[in-house]
Amino acid sequence: MLTLTCPCCGITAEETEFAPGGEAHLKRFGPDSSDADFEGYLFARKNPKGVHFERWRHAYGCGKWFLAARCTATLEVFGTYAAQTHKPPADLIKKIKAKRPEWEPQA
Amino acid sequence: MSDAVSALQGATHEGFVTVAEAGLVGMLSIRCDLTSKTLLKALKAHGFPKPEPRQIVEAESGALAWMSPDELLLICDHAQAAQLARTLSEALEKTHALIGNVSDARALFRIQGAKSDQVIMKLCPADIAALPTGEMRRTRLAQVPAAFWRSGPNEISLICFRSVASYVMGLLEISARPGSELFETASPSS
Ligand SMILES: [Zn+2]
Repeated sequence: MLTLTCPCCGITAEETEFAPGGEAHLKRFGPDSSDADFEGYLFARKNPKGVHFERWRHAYGCGKWFLAARCTATLEVFGTYAAQTHKPPADLIKKIKAKRPEWEPQA
Repeated sequence: MSDAVSALQGATHEGFVTVAEAGLVGMLSIRCDLTSKTLLKALKAHGFPKPEPRQIVEAESGALAWMSPDELLLICDHAQAAQLARTLSEALEKTHALIGNVSDARALFRIQGAKSDQVIMKLCPADIAALPTGEMRRTRLAQVPAAFWRSGPNEISLICFRSVASYVMGLLEISARPGSELFETASPSS
């Protein structure tokens, strides 16, 4: 079972109290971007086995969006953080590296 | 004006605990920056301190609950809700805030009895045994959103949307049927 802690209200609950929002930290390509960039923005998503960054919404709780880092294979959650964060926080990266030395953060 | 009626007009079921729709209750939804001094002053005028995250505080004029980082719920007398909404709206006129009188858009239930916890435990993913008094817990009750808190020593109060009131009453009534208790004692640890 996936258990998440919402950073907006502090509640820890299992995943059915939340709604998944797909991959986090996407860079938007809008008007005037190349077709390849736009296609990538719309359709290309990472699907790693291991460390992954995702958007989640505390749908049945406080209703807020937040971001989470978890392992897709073990469902271990490394941390959750504010949706208003452009890239994974440095301390979270450090924490993940300590647990998964072989993992490399992608730019 | 037509007479106001609550969703289930006080329907009650007796199981291993009593499950009752609480009748007419006033509820105001307050959306605002919760650190706003104007908001805190307006709340203080009605006897409410600033609620901390997830907290529900009782005062003479009702109860005030923290619902999300920018939302509070004020529970009061149904008859006073409209006036209270006007007073608060006026006080917050120059602030980016919204006061909504949601009294007739919600339903309130009371679950009364020593084994009240068990009725809720069966229906939602929250850790009920660890729910402290004074906390408003928003979660999922089977398939619909709900919020509840410990409103007395052996009582849980539960709020849901009016449109799903009969569904929620069905859940509570079935969950409280005699013989379906989870444990003999009030909670697994006691
Ligand atoms: Zn939350």
